[in-house]
Amino acid sequence: MISAKWTKRSPWILHFDTGSCNGCDLEIWALLTPRYDVERFGMVNKANPKHADILLITGPVTRKAEERLVNLYNQTPDPKLVIACGDCASNGVPFFDCYNVCGGVDKVIPVDLYVPGCSCRPEAIMDAVVQGIQMWQEKVEREGER
Amino acid sequence: MPNGFIVPYGPQHAAFLEPFNLRLTVEEEVVVGAELNFGYNHRGMEHALAQDYKRTQFLAERVCGICSYHHASVYCQTMETMYGVTISNRANLVRLIMMECQRLTSHLLALGHIAETIGYENLFMQFFREREGVMQLVNRISGGRVHYSMNAIGGLRKDVTYEQLMDVEATLDRLEPKFLELQRIVRKDITLRRRLRGVGLLTKKDAVDWCTVGPTSRGSGLPHDVRLTSYGGYGLEGIKFRPIYYEEGDCYARTMVRMDEVVQAVDLIRQALGQIRDGPYQVPVKGNPNGEAYGRVEAPRGELLYYVRANGTTMLDRIKLRTPALVNIPALTAMVPGCRFADVAVITVSVDPCVCCTDR
Repeated sequence: MISAKWTKRSPWILHFDTGSCNGCDLEIWALLTPRYDVERFGMVNKANPKHADILLITGPVTRKAEERLVNLYNQTPDPKLVIACGDCASNGVPFFDCYNVCGGVDKVIPVDLYVPGCSCRPEAIMDAVVQGIQMWQEKVEREGER
Repeated sequence: MPNGFIVPYGPQHAAFLEPFNLRLTVEEEVVVGAELNFGYNHRGMEHALAQDYKRTQFLAERVCGICSYHHASVYCQTMETMYGVTISNRANLVRLIMMECQRLTSHLLALGHIAETIGYENLFMQFFREREGVMQLVNRISGGRVHYSMNAIGGLRKDVTYEQLMDVEATLDRLEPKFLELQRIVRKDITLRRRLRGVGLLTKKDAVDWCTVGPTSRGSGLPHDVRLTSYGGYGLEGIKFRPIYYEEGDCYARTMVRMDEVVQAVDLIRQALGQIRDGPYQVPVKGNPNGEAYGRVEAPRGELLYYVRANGTTMLDRIKLRTPALVNIPALTAMVPGCRFADVAVITVSVDPCVCCTDR
């Protein structure tokens, strides 16, 4: 359990692609690079789920990725936050009725924030991420009291 | 394997943008075998694309976000062959300009990715900084950063204005010195050469045997480029280019092919801007498609082929796509054995794997 004083620590991101077209992934990469530079808010992209606090998920969840997504979610320590990036991660559109797609990310794991757009603009992801940091800190304080 | 042990690589890995899995058989530090496993991204696109031929071009962009415009263009090109219409020079040249712009964004992404994988963060940031300039340029022209949606069967959905074309030229004038500077860095830099020279060797014979396409085959000394078949705007008068190829077949050669193509793409856009004239941007097409046709373009990763069979209704009988990444990624099993474990990431990235294209 993370105590409330640790929320001064920067949250780290884990990015996972569950079947997206790469469009939103590119915009996440654009976020990490000089023009948008999300690192000034303390976010660093980490590949290890055990180090991550915020999960950035892109793409509709395909049946093969479903199991892996649940696995990653379970490995991420509490309190954690899930951000669904893009239209297809939010509700599965335009792939919602494809035979190998379960639907949006919220069909598989609970989602805290949805980012609209196909593909979502970096500004929109940045907005979600900044809101996410606040939500994460509140979450930590709430769970610390219990 | 009696001695080696198996190390899984992916589906979620720091070096990969997308999920795919490599099962490496490792003996001490040396990789002796590799097994590929993909399908994490399979959405059933070929089925979805066949539902309505008018909406297909917009969904075709969603097959892959890195080469989205190539997908839309090759679909429209295929349908135009089926309808038997010839589109105007203006539409062809605008398509060429946008395709080359997308090649710029894709190659700069791939180069940045290679730099990041070898731990050269500074160069990675520099590639992505210049890439952002191109992304904003295409945003100003088409309204989208990733999916342009500029095409229609028979030409363009909307004409581009004179100011937009001037904007392309001005932006390229601003970016070209930076591309040349990056090219100089890639040519001269000792870090890159030490990490990439002789790594992930793909001989000419292997490149042919594994049917590789695009920069992967051109890095192995095969001057194969679909643009030479003069499809679309590439066959017009005043558009000249020569395929870039290197003989070495290692990661460094593949990197250099991409770097040189960035500079070449700027040149091609300039040539197209010089040739572009006022004229119709769309040729009307009538009725539902009937018959079969195929079309191919040179996407940033290589030859992209669409085959379409239609039956006179709005639904298509069959649409088959052969994407370049699908043939390039299996060639990894020829490149990886014999390399050090630490080099696997950069070898994988040097073929520019695009898993959403592969699995679709």
